Amino acid sequence: MLSEAASGEALLRRAETRRRWSLAMPALIVISLFSILPLAVMVVYSFLTPGTYGNVEWQFSLDGWFSVIFERDLFDDTLGLADAHLSILGRSALLALATTALTMVFGLPTAWFIATRPVASRAYWMFLITVPFWTNLLVRTIAIQEVIRADGTINRLLLGLGVIDAPIQMMFTNGAVLLGMTYVYLPLMVLPVYAAIEKFDFRLAEAAYDLHASRFYCLRRVIFPLIRPGVIAGSILVFIPALGAYVTPRLMGGGRAMMWGNLIDLQFGQGRNWPLGAALSVSLTLLVMIALVLSVRRFAGGGRADG
Amino acid sequence: MAERKFSVRHVPGAAPIAIVTFIALYAPIVILIANAFNAGPVIGRWEGFSLRWFASAMQNEAFRNAALNSLIVAMLAALFSTLLAVMAALAITRGRRLKGEGGIFVVLNQPLLVPEIVLAIALMIVLAQIKQATGYHGLAYMIVAHSTFCIPFAFMPIRARLEGMDLTLETAAMDLYAGRFYTFRRVTLPLLAPGILAGFMLAFVVSLDNVVVSSFVKSPGQETLPTYLMGELRRNLSSEIYAISALLLFASVTVVAASWLITRRKP
Repeated sequence: MLSEAASGEALLRRAETRRRWSLAMPALIVISLFSILPLAVMVVYSFLTPGTYGNVEWQFSLDGWFSVIFERDLFDDTLGLADAHLSILGRSALLALATTALTMVFGLPTAWFIATRPVASRAYWMFLITVPFWTNLLVRTIAIQEVIRADGTINRLLLGLGVIDAPIQMMFTNGAVLLGMTYVYLPLMVLPVYAAIEKFDFRLAEAAYDLHASRFYCLRRVIFPLIRPGVIAGSILVFIPALGAYVTPRLMGGGRAMMWGNLIDLQFGQGRNWPLGAALSVSLTLLVMIALVLSVRRFAGGGRADG
Repeated sequence: MAERKFSVRHVPGAAPIAIVTFIALYAPIVILIANAFNAGPVIGRWEGFSLRWFASAMQNEAFRNAALNSLIVAMLAALFSTLLAVMAALAITRGRRLKGEGGIFVVLNQPLLVPEIVLAIALMIVLAQIKQATGYHGLAYMIVAHSTFCIPFAFMPIRARLEGMDLTLETAAMDLYAGRFYTFRRVTLPLLAPGILAGFMLAFVVSLDNVVVSSFVKSPGQETLPTYLMGELRRNLSSEIYAISALLLFASVTVVAASWLITRRKP
């Protein structure tokens, strides 16, 4: 009797498991077919030979990966570093880091400001942050571009005031890309940091002050360690899209301040070196995933250490 | 409580920087909108308020086609991704922990983990093969691509809503001999509705705003609003571009504000 009931339950459980898997299946299949499979194709393409007019020839080759870092001299066949690529990859890393730092400079005080407003008004301040986050990235890039372009707001203003005689060329520089990315990704820093500060128990800060901690000491030793997970989350959210940015560097940097994403595009377009483009794509993806895994691990570890 | 001269919440410099940040965040958007309503032909030289650039956009057939494509793609992609996300959320957020639940979760969020430009070009390669094999060059490719990367966005609010939901209500319905489907339709679905609506709206906005995947997946001559804008930008900057940008901005803000209002209402 008892075992019959137990096996009946096991059957029910199995049916339940099967039902739930079949519910999840359609989403899993769609993502596998249209996101994971294309990525796998990309990996395969990075090991093939470039075709003459773009595309690939089905012949194994490591040249795609090789030419991410090295280039063969056309005349004497000697090896050298692929300076052109490497400088673009280096610039991408530096600009992404600088963007993260700048969004921190403006984002942390903003998050603090919002989290210390009266409870009722916080939602409205946060709404002001989320609106740009959900509005078109392209439109926001157009907006910031209008401010700094040669005929744009700043130049017009300075010319009108007589401060300058000729417009300052600000577009198509590293600075322009940095400004654009900071503008576009700032909400991604504010959101998680705000969430962390809002959870902060301000009695801890009061206790620190009661024990004669200075304002700076309290900020550094009490407040910051507790909101650090939020800051780390914000940094990941900014750094990852910034490293793979395509639209903003394309509009603000043009051909002169290219980033990794634009280099990939170039290899699949005019460059006609799909395996190199694929190798650059796979390495960018790997880098992003490694950054994610590392920070998630640190993030979890940090949380445990802080109790 | 009355003598709060020294507040632990006050950090010198935070408020001024925050105000500067808010101004810096919105000033470019305000300038862009002002340019869209400018009566004069020269960008930046204000000659009075006018809707002429909006009118000229409306008369522009390329714009109308792009807008229509954008709406079709966003609508269908949001619909499909929300449907898939609801099913997946029902599978993994309720009841006993499913073996392999973590794996499902990772796959569902996978599109977010890949740089957009990489996903876009990878899709272009695969879909180009299908286009060549079938000879079909319609909007379906874009709808499928958008549905894929919208799944994680639709999934987020739906899962959040499901996790906050009381399982006992469904158990009670089942105890009262309501069938599985009846319970779902009369108990689960109504409770889940705000999450589904929020998920649909986020997916809609994400699809409407997408530039990168669209520009690589689209067939020649096919445009959505963002790819049309991108193409026009390469040619020349005009007040009409600003009018179209303002329209896109308005569309996203409306949807986001609506979804914000819906999710703020507690169950």
